[in-house]
Amino acid sequence: MTTSGSRTLTMALMDAPYETGTTTTVLRIVDAALRKGINVNVFAYEGAVSLTLKGQAAHPNPVKGTNAEDQDHPSSAKFISALFEKGQEAPKLDWVNCGLCVDERAAGDWIDGPRRGGPGDLLKWSNESTNTLVIGAH
Amino acid sequence: MPGILSIVERAYHGTIEEQDDTILWISHMFKNAGADLSVLLRSNAVNYAVKGQDASGLSFGDVKLSVPPKIDDDVEALASSGAKVYVVEEDLKDRGIGNDELVSGISLVKRSALAGLFDQHDAVWQW
Repeated sequence: MTTSGSRTLTMALMDAPYETGTTTTVLRIVDAALRKGINVNVFAYEGAVSLTLKGQAAHPNPVKGTNAEDQDHPSSAKFISALFEKGQEAPKLDWVNCGLCVDERAAGDWIDGPRRGGPGDLLKWSNESTNTLVIGAH
Repeated sequence: MPGILSIVERAYHGTIEEQDDTILWISHMFKNAGADLSVLLRSNAVNYAVKGQDASGLSFGDVKLSVPPKIDDDVEALASSGAKVYVVEEDLKDRGIGNDELVSGISLVKRSALAGLFDQHDAVWQW
């Protein structure tokens, strides 16, 4: 469904951070959409609820002999925080972490921005959005 | 007899966030710890041995990926550390990758020789 006046992309993803290439793909699409003025909804399901854990820590690389500062290790939480900065209002980034998935993983300590929700959010978003893109588990 | 043959098949999974491939990385850690270890790149992972890869330039919002992965350098460094790095020849050919595109220190192995290669190792770790 296309809403009048503005466009909205809904995305659903399942993969945990540091495991696959899908996180990078999703975040690149979110970034590109926001830069084009498109509102973005993200439904993080299963392992993807860990993407926004705020305790993700940079670490050194003992193979290369670099310290954490040299390595400037990225994290999904850091990238997503930057996307929330970009998507504060118009365009807006809305991010729902599946609450049951959060509970079973004890993964509830998030950066600012995401909110708790459930499958109904994805369904509602899909009905209201210009398009919906599902990135399943690899 | 060499100890461990570590097989890497899945490629570019989480390499941006990790700044490397996790199996190449842990293999190098094992090597540095004194392990007698070889690595076999097969399927899509043969692309790890292609020189000149450039994963720079990514940004999300205003945050840039300042230290991108350099997996070709990592493969070369692993080979320089004394680990034998094998690449399946037919998997290169299937992807149109020429031998002259590879970093130094690579040993090519034919699919028909894989069983023999496995036999040459005490342990085969398929990640």
